[in-house]
Amino acid sequence: MSKEVNLEEQFQARIDAGERIEPKDWMPERYRKTHIRQISQHAHSEVVGMLPEGNWITRAPSLRRKVGLLAKVQDEAGHGLYLYSAAETLGISRDQMEEQLLSGKAKYSSIFNYPTLSWADIGAIGWLVDGAAIINQVMLTRTSYGPYARAMVRICKEESFHQRQGYEIMLGLCQGSREQKEMAQDALNRFWWPSLMMFGPRDHESPNTEQSVRWKIKRKTNDELRQQFVDITVPQADYLGLKMPDPDLKWNEERGHYDFGEINWDEFWQVVKGNGPCNKERIAARQAARDNGEWVREAAIAHAKKKRQSLDKSA
Amino acid sequence: MKEINEEWPIFEVFIRSKNGLEHRHAGSLHAADSTMAMENARDVYTRRQEGVSIWVVESKHITASNPTEAGEMFEPAKDKVYRHPTFYELPIELKHI
Ligand SMILES: [Fe+2]
Ligand SMILES: [Fe+2]
Repeated sequence: MSKEVNLEEQFQARIDAGERIEPKDWMPERYRKTHIRQISQHAHSEVVGMLPEGNWITRAPSLRRKVGLLAKVQDEAGHGLYLYSAAETLGISRDQMEEQLLSGKAKYSSIFNYPTLSWADIGAIGWLVDGAAIINQVMLTRTSYGPYARAMVRICKEESFHQRQGYEIMLGLCQGSREQKEMAQDALNRFWWPSLMMFGPRDHESPNTEQSVRWKIKRKTNDELRQQFVDITVPQADYLGLKMPDPDLKWNEERGHYDFGEINWDEFWQVVKGNGPCNKERIAARQAARDNGEWVREAAIAHAKKKRQSLDKSA
Repeated sequence: MKEINEEWPIFEVFIRSKNGLEHRHAGSLHAADSTMAMENARDVYTRRQEGVSIWVVESKHITASNPTEAGEMFEPAKDKVYRHPTFYELPIELKHI
């Protein structure tokens, strides 16, 4: 027991000194578990996040928009993969993680449980959802667990094009016909609040925050990140000539930040618990992908074995 | 559905970003064999011309040093100061040495 305490103290000292933790290093069991949960849920978010956008690839309004969206969705698949790999270094298998997603044990970002009803939603997602993700991910490039931080560096390099392609879509719509601008406003109306929810519960209702900050998993709290996002995004909406769907939103000279209205936390928890508009559809799509791909995975293994055997024989 | 699915093995991916530089670890991925690992590595890690050459190796073939033995492993090099140029005392007026 005392040895364990000692190890934990040494571990915390390493973290405090700004050292990175690598896969085979000793780490407290809770540190390992917290990371497995956080990294796998982050990975699931990247993968499930392809679904609402994939919905519009075949209906993109031009070839320029189509190649951009396709490349973005392809990037998200890569992000999922980098993150699954990082989680695997902690001793969980890819299959276990997928199982947890399909059974509902593991969560993913609740934003992806909202439908994409119009082309403008693709613009709003790139601008707001990727924008919010970037704020979180930039912080995570300095997280204490090495493989997670490295995955984040790679991801952040790719993300900025995602947000720009989204904003360009919004810009196009806002400079277009009245109907197009209305479409953009409607997308903003529907995605603004769920985007703010992406940063998670208020700090005083987020019991894990303190430990996460101590371990340098998080370097800023949910509320700090959310405020940062609001401050950055409001002027971008102004530039588009769109109105934020929040009557309480206004610049606070004293604080040097925007004040904004109360988030509907009931809605947030409902969606987290599986009762959002698309939760069932998203999991069904992942389940179908798994089931339909099973014969391919098996055939590839069989083929690889056969190739190895014939190589062994000829050797 | 079968009870146990065999997972594809994990491969480590190393990329040379341009000629003249060494291959560096880029990340890992699952693949049925090295041919597929190479194809996947190309798609996942070089979508923006990040490399001119890729190595893939199945992770199980890598022997890694044990971090808990890092002390014994690397400590002895620390007191061998005579392996560094500053150990040797030469007059300062001497040039190019
Ligand atoms: Fe992403
Ligand atoms: Fe993205």
